[in-house]
Amino acid sequence: MPPFRVGLLKRKLKHPIDESKDAGTCSPRDFSGNSDNDDEDFLNGEIQDNKEDATDSENEAGINSDTEQDKVLFEDEVDSVLGDIDHQSSSGESSELTDSEGDDSEGVSSESDEKNSNSGAESARNRQTSNHQKNAAKSNLFQNKNSIHVLATQISEAAITTKPVQQRDEYESGDTSDEEDRVNTTGDVPRWWYSEYEHLGYDLDGRRIARPPTRDHIDEFLRKCEDPEFWRTVKDPSTGQDVILSKDDLKLIERIRNGNVPSETHDEYEPWTEWFTREVLATPVRAFPESKRSFLPSRSEQLQVSRIVHALRMGWTKTRRQLASERRARSRSQRAFYDLWGGPDPDAVQRRATPRHLPAPRRPLPSHAESYNPPPEYLLDKREMKEWEKLKETPWKRKYTFLPTQHGSLREVSAYPRFIRERFLRCLDLYLAPRAIKMRLTIDAQDLVPKLPSPRDLQPFPTAEALRFEGHEGLVRSIDLDPSGQYLVSGGEDGTLRVWETSTGRCLRTVSLGEPVTRALWTPVSGLSLLAAAVGPELLLLNPGAGIGAHRVAERTDRLLEEPPPAHDVQMDERTRSCVQWQDVTTARVALGVRLQVHHFKPLAHVSWHARGDYLAVTVRDGGARSVCVHQVSRRRSQLPFRTAKGLVQCAAFHPHEPRLFVATQRAVRVYDLVKQELVRKLMTGAQWVSSLAVHPGGDNLLVGSYDRKCIWFDLELSGKPYQTLRLHGGAVRAVTFHRRYPLFASGGDDQNIVVSHGMVYNDLLQNPLLVPLKQLRGPEKRDDLCVLDLRFHPTQPWLFAAGADGSVRLYS
Amino acid sequence: MVSKKKKKYSSGEGAQFMTRKAALKKLQLSLKDFRRICILKGIYPREPRNRKRAQKGAGGIKTLYHTKDIKFLLHEPIIWKLRDLKVYQQKIRRARAMREYGKMKKYFRDYPAIKIDHIIKERYPSFVDALRDLDDCLTLCFLFSTFPSIRRVPRDQSMLCRRLTVEFMHAVIVAKALRKVFISVKGYYYQAEIEGQTITWIVPHHFSFEPQTKDEVDFKIMSTFVEFYVMMLGFVNFKLFNSLNLVYPPKLTAGFSSDNDKGLVDKRAYVSERIAAMNLSVARKVGANEVEEFPEIDLFETEDQDPQKLEEAKQEAEKIKFLKTMFKGLKFFLNREVPREPLVFIIRCFGGEVSWDKDHFVGATFDETDESIAYQIVDRPSMDKQYLSRYYVQPQWVFDSVNARTLLPINKYLMGATLPPHLSPFIDKTRDQVYIPPEQRALDDPEYKPPGDDDESDEEIEEASDEDKEEQSAEESETEEQILTKQYKAEVEQDSPSEDDDDDEGDDFEKKKIAKEKKKKMAVKTGIPHKEHPYKKEIEDKQAFRLREKLVRKKHRNLYKSMKAGQEKRKKEIWLLRKKRRLHDEKTKEERKTTKRNQKMEALNASA
Repeated sequence: MPPFRVGLLKRKLKHPIDESKDAGTCSPRDFSGNSDNDDEDFLNGEIQDNKEDATDSENEAGINSDTEQDKVLFEDEVDSVLGDIDHQSSSGESSELTDSEGDDSEGVSSESDEKNSNSGAESARNRQTSNHQKNAAKSNLFQNKNSIHVLATQISEAAITTKPVQQRDEYESGDTSDEEDRVNTTGDVPRWWYSEYEHLGYDLDGRRIARPPTRDHIDEFLRKCEDPEFWRTVKDPSTGQDVILSKDDLKLIERIRNGNVPSETHDEYEPWTEWFTREVLATPVRAFPESKRSFLPSRSEQLQVSRIVHALRMGWTKTRRQLASERRARSRSQRAFYDLWGGPDPDAVQRRATPRHLPAPRRPLPSHAESYNPPPEYLLDKREMKEWEKLKETPWKRKYTFLPTQHGSLREVSAYPRFIRERFLRCLDLYLAPRAIKMRLTIDAQDLVPKLPSPRDLQPFPTAEALRFEGHEGLVRSIDLDPSGQYLVSGGEDGTLRVWETSTGRCLRTVSLGEPVTRALWTPVSGLSLLAAAVGPELLLLNPGAGIGAHRVAERTDRLLEEPPPAHDVQMDERTRSCVQWQDVTTARVALGVRLQVHHFKPLAHVSWHARGDYLAVTVRDGGARSVCVHQVSRRRSQLPFRTAKGLVQCAAFHPHEPRLFVATQRAVRVYDLVKQELVRKLMTGAQWVSSLAVHPGGDNLLVGSYDRKCIWFDLELSGKPYQTLRLHGGAVRAVTFHRRYPLFASGGDDQNIVVSHGMVYNDLLQNPLLVPLKQLRGPEKRDDLCVLDLRFHPTQPWLFAAGADGSVRLYS
Repeated sequence: MVSKKKKKYSSGEGAQFMTRKAALKKLQLSLKDFRRICILKGIYPREPRNRKRAQKGAGGIKTLYHTKDIKFLLHEPIIWKLRDLKVYQQKIRRARAMREYGKMKKYFRDYPAIKIDHIIKERYPSFVDALRDLDDCLTLCFLFSTFPSIRRVPRDQSMLCRRLTVEFMHAVIVAKALRKVFISVKGYYYQAEIEGQTITWIVPHHFSFEPQTKDEVDFKIMSTFVEFYVMMLGFVNFKLFNSLNLVYPPKLTAGFSSDNDKGLVDKRAYVSERIAAMNLSVARKVGANEVEEFPEIDLFETEDQDPQKLEEAKQEAEKIKFLKTMFKGLKFFLNREVPREPLVFIIRCFGGEVSWDKDHFVGATFDETDESIAYQIVDRPSMDKQYLSRYYVQPQWVFDSVNARTLLPINKYLMGATLPPHLSPFIDKTRDQVYIPPEQRALDDPEYKPPGDDDESDEEIEEASDEDKEEQSAEESETEEQILTKQYKAEVEQDSPSEDDDDDEGDDFEKKKIAKEKKKKMAVKTGIPHKEHPYKKEIEDKQAFRLREKLVRKKHRNLYKSMKAGQEKRKKEIWLLRKKRRLHDEKTKEERKTTKRNQKMEALNASA
């Protein structure tokens, strides 16, 4: 049997033999259970087959003799495996592999087949005898043949005892295996082709080989119990006969199972013979001398060499050494430096035709902090260390890229770990960072501040608070000085009008008018003693009376106002009459000093005198088209100069010496010619909301205050746009005023500072006004976000009066 | 006829710039090759005035190159070399894949080198241009000269760097061009002045090479830079040697040429040989006589320059002239723990002679036992065997002396002494708002006394207070001499009136006094001029200025604000430094006091 076949057999049998061990130990009931288990593993068809087998065995039980039963033993598990193969092929899923396996199993049992068929009874007898011998020898051993060790011992003993018998048996048969193979002549066909027939195939003579009767499990079991050779009985599928494996066979199987070479004669450790050695033999292998040619130089080689020599002589080729030296020289020459810039004409500098080269900026030079031994102030203290630690995740935000450390001596300095990284970053910067020329300003911050004359040179101007006029309760809305500057009038939210002496701060007179006084103005004419006060919707003209100014002037004023003008002069059109009424003054009010009373349709916002003292421009709050009203005192007549509304009128003022009216709306200031009755000019302030307006005594300049913290200076001769916008305040600007004689102006508002500035206007048309902020004066106390409500300069002195929200009027000198 | 509508971005900034991607496409190069050629040719991206327009309306930030720059690259012959190189590399790769190792070796042997001389000439048309751009070159070459052989950096590169840097240092030594030196935590800063150009470079401390991670440092890029810088430095060296009448490839030591295989032997041997090389003088050209005398610098008085500036320039020239020969005739001996390379370089630069222990390193010129050694530079707390004929100073003395341009007194730098702070010489003192440490100020004008440095006066005070056994302020304490003089004065004053005045005259005196007082009351007083308080005036000025500040034009307002903020920041920094210094000084003073007192107490206890 060829070894590979044996190997295949081994693979097949390994499982059944293991199973047999189990079967040996198990009780019959267990065994059946076992078989059931096996059945479960198989297909249904198989189970049916088993049943068929069972029926077959039942059918054939009677046919087979008892002796045969004794002799022919089927091992249950082996049968099942073989059957399995059969079933696989019968189920039609047959592949070549399974077929070949079937053949193998055929081949395995071929030996035993021969014995069965050819030698016939003789072989059967042999087997019987051997069986008997075995029985005699190890009848007791059979009782507990359940382990593989036992099996192994059995095999070895059997080998000892039966070896000569087997040998003899082999020789006796006298047939070659080839002949024996041809017992069943069906050839290489699947076995299951014959599964439906009663025969298994045909022998050499063409006779049918009858299928041996199949046995059921009980028969198997009985045989297992009775037949001592059962364990080595195998069924030959080609003949259907039981074959008892000989000792040689078992040995072979044993060797294969142990993983040894199947043939026993093979020596794995036989000494190695070196067939080819490097040792030169003492005697030549060939017994003839070398040819002559082998001693002579080769002609062709000679030719070749001479050719090379010639080429070398001629310099056509070079030796390897020469080549190497040349290469070296070449590489050296590439590294050879020469006077690159020392050409024939070193001045002829060729610039490349690229856009302007921007050299990379140099790295900043190190500061003291980078020193290995820096001054102690550069070392980080505790707080800075904490910050350093905090910025661990974002090291680029740190103050230094390195930690300033103090080394006691040079030997303690270690290498800087980021050196290579920093150089690398520099390299990246050099070729990757976009470059641009950035103009660096070399100017000093001070140069941006406009050069202005020093305030010291621009004296006099008010510098400090000198006097405080206290008496009002609540806001002081408005103040004004009489033309001589001797008296001050103030109107407040408490409904009183107070007249003060400027030089002492004494309150000379208090007139309580009941309602809050929004505006109080002294007439600009020095020969009259007249006050204008706006109380709610009423404009009152008062004579402050005796004790204030010369009493003659007061008398004269009274006399002037006593007799009303002729009626034909007082004619007013319907529109005007609907909103303005000149009313008679009640006696109670006359006693207070009120001489004239004009009632308006809405509360008044702003009042201003004409320079000659005859006209008054009144601004009515929310008046629409009728918000500006001009009153003539001497003729007790009123006029509405505008037909249509041009925005929200904030205030209106007269030009000091021309018949012009400045009307400030929310965003713009309009200049009207009163004679021609037309708009002369529109001044765009650029502010969001104009609060106040002051006209320069010269008349050509205008100062506008706005709620968005601006003071806007207009030069009317220059343009309609602001000459300069001053942002001197931190809050809304509520009051602006000019000095009548000095080149001064002041502005005040919701922040606590009053700013006094120098505003020089030159007669020279080519020279623009000079504006210099001079002094910040500490204003009155803040009340409800209000601070300064009105500002006035003294007519002759450089003194400033400020009406405060805290109920005081302050004098700065 | 309808005129053709102009395409957008076909002129103006849109046409002036191209993105890197477009440049790659135009040049038909891979990114790697493009990077290399950009580094070699010195082409860099530019910041457009209007990025949106320059990017042709695309968002984000792109790397933009000037179109003319790219067109300029287009004509570069090296581009073809790069393309050939690509083919060559393919050949090598193929040979490797086919396992034809012999062929591969041959390819590697004949690897074509790219010659970039013309690029250097083109980038730096004149020698001065090259000098101006030498900072980065030198720093990188010095760094590479410390490198071992690593991947992505050709082996001969670091060796060539070593050779060229030594050559350059020689040129500086011969030209006496070194001006400033500084030991920083990063390395040694040197500043030399060659042909009127200041060149600053950094040499790292020992053992600066550390393996870097791939995302930290790309050595390939640095190597490309070095490839260019090496050539540049070589040509600069040649020119320098030529102008100094020296033979150019100076015969230093065998270790620097890359041809022999000695290169692999030992790195430390290299370093020592390289330092040894620096101690040798370089061969001069035959027939070239050394010009020792420096020509007098004539300063022409010009109209626009004020005489003060001229005087300053003259002084500066004098100082530099002295500096050049500062160590002339002095012999220095370096102890073995001292870093030799910087010290040898500096001392040789200023004319000194240096040597070291010949048992440890090669190249020593004289022995430690030489009696003519003036200074021995040590960096250890104490030494067993000391010679009386020489000073033992710490290395910082050399650096500080060079920066101060005089031989500083050595008492602060003696062996084992606590060193004074090492100051950076690169601080521009002429700029305003610069903090100058007290040590620096003391160096600048000798009269100034740093607050923490008043040792002697302190000691005197200390002694006095110790005698009294109680804390006394400096004003109250008086030495014996002072007390004596005071007493003498008081006696003299007492004597003089007692001699003049008699008893009867006393009444008259009183009457006179009363009359005088009366007269005084009635008399016309001389007017006292109104004196304004300076503080008050300052406040007023400040207020006026604050008002004036508000008149800054709207156009400049932000600029003004930022300038002011910068000023404030600098001011604060200076304030902080001053404060820290003050605290430190107070602390040290206190410590010194306590230690002294403790010592005294101990001495007293011991005696008692």
